[in-house]
Amino acid sequence: MFKITPMTKNILKNLITKKSTRPYPFVIREPFEESRGELYNDIDNCIFCSTCARKCPSQCITVDKEKGIWTCDPFVCVFCGTCMEACPTHCLHHKRTWRPVSGQREMIEMQGTPPKSKKKAAAKKEEASG
Amino acid sequence: MAKTIIPFGPQHPVLPEPIHLSLTVEDEIVTQAVPALGYVHRGLEKLCDIRDYHHMIQVVERVCGICSKIHAMCYCHGLEEMMQVEVPPRAKYLRTIWSELHRVHSHLLWLGLFADGFGFEALFYQLWKIRERVMDINEATTGNRVIVSVNVMGGVRKDLSLEQIRWILSELELVESELKALESTILDDYTVKERTVGKGMLTKEQAYDLGAAGPTLRGSGIAQDCRQLNYAAFSDLEFEPVVEYDGDSYARSKVRYRETLQSIDLVRQALHKLPDGEINVKVKGNPEGEGVARVEQPRGELFYYFKGNGTKHLERLRIRTPTFANIPPLAAMLPGIELADVPVVVLSIDPCISCTER
Amino acid sequence: MAEAKTTEKKIPVLATQAVENDNLKAEIRRLKSEGYRLVTLTCVDLDEEHVDLLYSFDKDLEMVHLRMQQPKSTPAPSISDILFGAFLVENEIQDQFGICFDGLVLNFENYLYLEEEVARTPFCKYSVIRKDAQ
Repeated sequence: MFKITPMTKNILKNLITKKSTRPYPFVIREPFEESRGELYNDIDNCIFCSTCARKCPSQCITVDKEKGIWTCDPFVCVFCGTCMEACPTHCLHHKRTWRPVSGQREMIEMQGTPPKSKKKAAAKKEEASG
Repeated sequence: MAKTIIPFGPQHPVLPEPIHLSLTVEDEIVTQAVPALGYVHRGLEKLCDIRDYHHMIQVVERVCGICSKIHAMCYCHGLEEMMQVEVPPRAKYLRTIWSELHRVHSHLLWLGLFADGFGFEALFYQLWKIRERVMDINEATTGNRVIVSVNVMGGVRKDLSLEQIRWILSELELVESELKALESTILDDYTVKERTVGKGMLTKEQAYDLGAAGPTLRGSGIAQDCRQLNYAAFSDLEFEPVVEYDGDSYARSKVRYRETLQSIDLVRQALHKLPDGEINVKVKGNPEGEGVARVEQPRGELFYYFKGNGTKHLERLRIRTPTFANIPPLAAMLPGIELADVPVVVLSIDPCISCTER
Repeated sequence: MAEAKTTEKKIPVLATQAVENDNLKAEIRRLKSEGYRLVTLTCVDLDEEHVDLLYSFDKDLEMVHLRMQQPKSTPAPSISDILFGAFLVENEIQDQFGICFDGLVLNFENYLYLEEEVARTPFCKYSVIRKDAQ
């Protein structure tokens, strides 16, 4: 007995509608506005307060206040965006795209100018005036 | 006929995750099934010793990859009750919206995998095509596709703009109409019925005694849904638990299909009623004392137990996931069925093994 | 961000019913006949000597908890002969806390999650070391 299954209608419809997939490496969908990709620190505004390192649930950020180095381990980062919201100077951002596939473990390391402690700043001021 | 023991899993084409079943077979009929776990045990509950209770939100989200939002919601809901924090109404609604979106995409994923499990690949692709719209809603509104990380203690982190609400409503319209176009295939197709009707019977009494949860329980005729506990915004939304009475794999898949439509409806209700106001409150202090929380996951009832000692680290966190409760019923379903039906019956409880073992 | 309302804080206590080893099974049978469904067992490490075993039951979305204080050195009575569904969680507790259960219907003997070379109980603050029976 020949029976038309309910799926047949769907299959015929699919034949005449356009594809729902895209040829990926050639056509890339625009990422959404809110997408959280690679973490990025606007290092010039960073005050090395370590809030991000404390708030991070996966503890992927280390901050060296003395040398002014901000390091993030992107292999540990879970892209939750907690640091971005906790940052007092709003210098942390998630890019909208991810890092390309990598063969080895590369850290995101950024060198900035550490904030001068008040004592040192005062000493420098004296030097300049004196 | 001599008894043969056939190992099923941990690697098996229908299993997305590893579980092992020792099937004792006589001829082609299974007479006994003994489950064995331990392939993806991570000990996440114990992480509460070294991560503080705010960080644990991100940890519990990783208990399950499919319903991460609901785990985080259960955790926050439980701790907020313990610490007597009043969550703003808008946050409650937003939590409801995202958790129901998770249920939609989880059920669509399962319906697809189930179709794939009995060899109906065309249906699998169709359902996953529909699911992609829900994933897009998740990504566009929260920033991530699956592990959305929107929950914080005392509320949520993201808000929905009017424009986004309109877009979600129009997308849901499409999801619903596309899914309804497949209704006759999911429910009436010859292939589907042949492989699922009468397979993996679980009577009402069995389901209750063995402590089944979620669609496995409701597929056997018990109308119990933890959303009736009115956590988050469910007290303001109208819904009835979906029940089927046959107790076989077909009934369970019917429950999930109808729940998908119900969840779409719940998201729509919540979006229409979304109140204005704050989306989170600051939570001060540390949890102390004991508490439990229960919410409804796509796979069933999720149970959390908390014990705090006034420090920022919880003393004990216990997570009982629905699949953990559904494994004894699975062991009771398998005896008496043919070996060829074992994959379908195993899939019919919607096993989430990394949930089970945590 | 608004501050959370801090009314008079009281430490939340879970309402439980205390049971002993001797009357545990009778209580479980009573709950079962009254139509309660087993939700789960929870084991909480208390001190060097004791753990708390919480038996959670549910009926029409109302929960009932039984609490039993259990010395780590003596085996607890298993309820898996009354409620088969408890076998998995009892095995889990056996793995994580080293509590033995008497009369477990399906006993994985500590190897549900753990590998054979693991000789300690990972969820205890004061670990119980496993030794072969003489």
